[in-house]
Amino acid sequence: MTSTILRSSTRYLFPVIALFSIFLLLRGHDEPGGGFVGGLLAALCFALYALADSVEAARRLLRVEEQQLIGMGLLLAACSGLPGLLAGEPFLTTYWTEQWVIPTVGKLKLGTPLLFDVGVYLTVVGVVLMILFPLAEE
Amino acid sequence: MTLYGYPVVAVVSLLAMNLLVVAIFFAVVRLLRGPSLSDRVVALDLVGVLAVGMISVHAVFTGQPMLLRVAILLALVAFVGTVAFAFFLEKRGRE
Repeated sequence: MTSTILRSSTRYLFPVIALFSIFLLLRGHDEPGGGFVGGLLAALCFALYALADSVEAARRLLRVEEQQLIGMGLLLAACSGLPGLLAGEPFLTTYWTEQWVIPTVGKLKLGTPLLFDVGVYLTVVGVVLMILFPLAEE
Repeated sequence: MTLYGYPVVAVVSLLAMNLLVVAIFFAVVRLLRGPSLSDRVVALDLVGVLAVGMISVHAVFTGQPMLLRVAILLALVAFVGTVAFAFFLEKRGRE
């Protein structure tokens, strides 16, 4: 399917959706959102790209294989549990850094739950794209 | 500001919600009866848009800005869903 309207609107929608998915990922711990919804939205913008252009173009944009994304995500999520294990606490014990205040940006607080959420994000993107790409290719 | 002793925001959002319910009823009627598949797809898109409106009105009514995020998400998903439906409709028509 080649539609000029869809292709040019995708060019503007793609960065907006990608930004919103990252926003949901980062806000996730304290407010509604999180790795799962953010990952679904990121997969959605790749699906939109695949519909507007072609599946090959979307795969080229993704750069890595979907299976690699799933593997990386699971590895990150598992790694987020290790600090607790090394410190002699139960697996997946959370650790937070101090809350830093970055001028003009806002407050920033890093911790192992963020790493876990990034892992969930990557896994969800990989799984959903693995389902959607063959479906669109048929 | 008050209207008949109630806050204006509450009265207006209640009115808007009632209108949206009527609109969604007619959209669902079209979704169920729609003679062709294209009619159903358009009706489904309309239901999605009206749901976004309902969530926004509820966000105004309860004063919860968090709900607007849900509305954005639903609007995006409904849009991509409609595009995918159009994609498969066109593909099916060609074969």
